Amino acid sequence: MKILVAVKQVPDTATQVKISSDPKAIDTAGITWIVSPYDEFAIEEALRIKEKRGQGEVVAVTLGPDRAKETLRSALAMGCDRAIHVNDPALANADTMTTARALAAVVKQEAPQLVLCGRQAIDDDAGAVGAQLAEVLGWPCASWIMEETIDADAKTVRVGRQVEGGLEVFDIPLPAVLSAQKGLNEPRYPTLKGIMGAKKKEIKDVKASDLGLSSITPELSITALEALPARPPGRIIPGDVKDAVKELVRSLREDAKAI
Amino acid sequence: MEKFRGVDYYGIEGLLSDDERMIRDAVRDWVEAEFLPIVAEHHRAGTFPVQLFPKLGELGVFGATLKGYGCAGLNNVAYGLIMQELERGDSGLRSAASVQSGLVMHPIYAYGSEEQKDRWLPVLATGEKIGCFGLTEPDHGSDPGSMKTRARRSGDGYVLNGTKLWITNGSVADVAVVWAKEDDGEIYGFLVERGTPGFSTLDIHGKFSMRASITSELAFQDCRIPLANKLPNVKGLRGPLGCLNQARYGIAWGAVGGAMACYDWALQYAQQRIQFGKPIAAFQLVQQKLVWMITEITKAQLLVLQLGRLKDAGSLRPQQVSMAKMNNVQIALDTARLARDILGAAGIVDEHPIIRHMLNLETVNTYEGTHDIHALIIGRDITGVDAFGIGS
Ligand SMILES: Cc1cc2nc3c(=O)[nH]c(=O)nc-3n(C[C@H](O)[C@H](O)[C@H](O)COP(=O)(O)OP(=O)(O)OC[C@H]3O[C@@H](n4cnc5c(N)ncnc54)[C@H](O)[C@@H]3O)c2cc1C
Repeated sequence: MKILVAVKQVPDTATQVKISSDPKAIDTAGITWIVSPYDEFAIEEALRIKEKRGQGEVVAVTLGPDRAKETLRSALAMGCDRAIHVNDPALANADTMTTARALAAVVKQEAPQLVLCGRQAIDDDAGAVGAQLAEVLGWPCASWIMEETIDADAKTVRVGRQVEGGLEVFDIPLPAVLSAQKGLNEPRYPTLKGIMGAKKKEIKDVKASDLGLSSITPELSITALEALPARPPGRIIPGDVKDAVKELVRSLREDAKAI
Repeated sequence: MEKFRGVDYYGIEGLLSDDERMIRDAVRDWVEAEFLPIVAEHHRAGTFPVQLFPKLGELGVFGATLKGYGCAGLNNVAYGLIMQELERGDSGLRSAASVQSGLVMHPIYAYGSEEQKDRWLPVLATGEKIGCFGLTEPDHGSDPGSMKTRARRSGDGYVLNGTKLWITNGSVADVAVVWAKEDDGEIYGFLVERGTPGFSTLDIHGKFSMRASITSELAFQDCRIPLANKLPNVKGLRGPLGCLNQARYGIAWGAVGGAMACYDWALQYAQQRIQFGKPIAAFQLVQQKLVWMITEITKAQLLVLQLGRLKDAGSLRPQQVSMAKMNNVQIALDTARLARDILGAAGIVDEHPIIRHMLNLETVNTYEGTHDIHALIIGRDITGVDAFGIGS
């Protein structure tokens, strides 16, 4: 069975994101880039499906600039068989819908039986691409999955998706799009042999024109990015506990209007 | 403290290949996730997390430069970066990997028979089996050539008698590479398996350094081993010294990792710790210390990188390894001591990694040829005069 995994390169979780001189973009100087953590669950799950079935192919795909190739190399080092890099300046500021359309074009060319992605990329946290991709393809979709089992002849997949206080279980016909939630699995580390082996694996560069994307019209445009307002300093209420509690309750009620 | 993001003042990153960077990052992430959360408890208990052996094997760090036998076949710079990252965790972790790779797999690979290689290398690579290296004796440390351990030919094998001391992983090892003299007075290497009658081990306790590492005594009392357990392809001190040269190379890199850990921590601490109404990083004396550290770390990084390139080109001389081992461990130790000072009282507790590194580096300064022994090696090389046996 052929599986496509959509991955995105995002700033390291420890990055202090700053807005650049262009108020619609972040300052990328000095950022360490990583594979979005939820995408690692998707990669791991794809590899496990292949290993369990004893055959198949896992293809990683990303849309991003030159540096995004590192993300594909990580995916290959973990064990994906080959990769596709949608790398075109025309897609530089792709919104989620444009990304979904580009990925859908890749899916049509590759014809996998399953697409896996993370529940959201941890940069803009939009969490939209998986569902939009399914919509563009006309495929069923399950988001935030915690478990999956594919039947022997790869016709349907049973998924458990996380809902408040439990799991919601669906049987979904394949092909389908699934997005991974934390807890789906424990992603493996790329092994040193895997890293060396990844060099020999193919990363295909693809332009918008190769995907038949002639006109790219985003559905969303960014107006401005704003930093969070600085947090007001905390307040310590001094004095006797009894009085302090009284003052705390008063302040929560009257100043903060929290209770 | 914020997550470690590496120390690179001179854009040395740009001198590494993509593979080298990815390998370093993979090991860095592994250490961060699997090792750092448990190191303090092992340091306190004086234990090594042996359960990590198969995990390190899976990652691919054991014998990483060897070709075949399930090894990764990396270049020496990548191997050095692995050692750097492991020692950023703890010198004990790096020691375990150094011993397994440089002191056990290397001699089997370089001096062993085909049967020995086929039997041991794959299982040592996966971490399924653990190895140790027995050279040092109670009365013979810097001068291993005068060792007392004997291997006597007897029937269809050898009989070993003697004691090895300060042996990393001695009591958990499945196989010991033991160096002993035969009747001809020459040193040979022997593989002794755990459980062989006449072979016993005893752990050394009361250590203030390398606490998260097992250090043992190996005792051989009429220990009979088969002929096939002798390493056939090496004779004389050249054998163990060839191994030490591998391991010292790794130590030179590892020390940089220890220094980086201490510097990064001390820098962040200095920026956060307020005294006299200012972060202590704002005081000139504190800055001076931090500047000394980053300067020496940068020099040490360049030293090992060029060392690695020489090794990869096949033109490395052992005396060059001595220089890097001597220098890098010294600056790492000095960096750790300065970092300890910058943290004040906080510098003496294991909530911070500094004192652990500082104490570990005392061992690193001593083992695999003490700092001074390496000075003598370089001294002999440049002057042409041997100062080892002076007065004797
Ligand atoms: C934690 C730990 C783990 C170890 N692991 C191993 C292991 O796995 N396998 C193994 O075989 N060994 C191991 N060792 C032993 C280590 O290699 C020896 O301790 C080292 O070689 C020094 O020997 P020594 O301790 O006998 O010191 P000595 O040789 O007695 O040296 C004492 C001092 O005298 C100095 N000195 C000695 N000779 C000279 C000279 N000619 N000129 C000037 N100064 C001199 C030294 O520099 C040093 O300062 C380990 C040691 C430690 C502490």
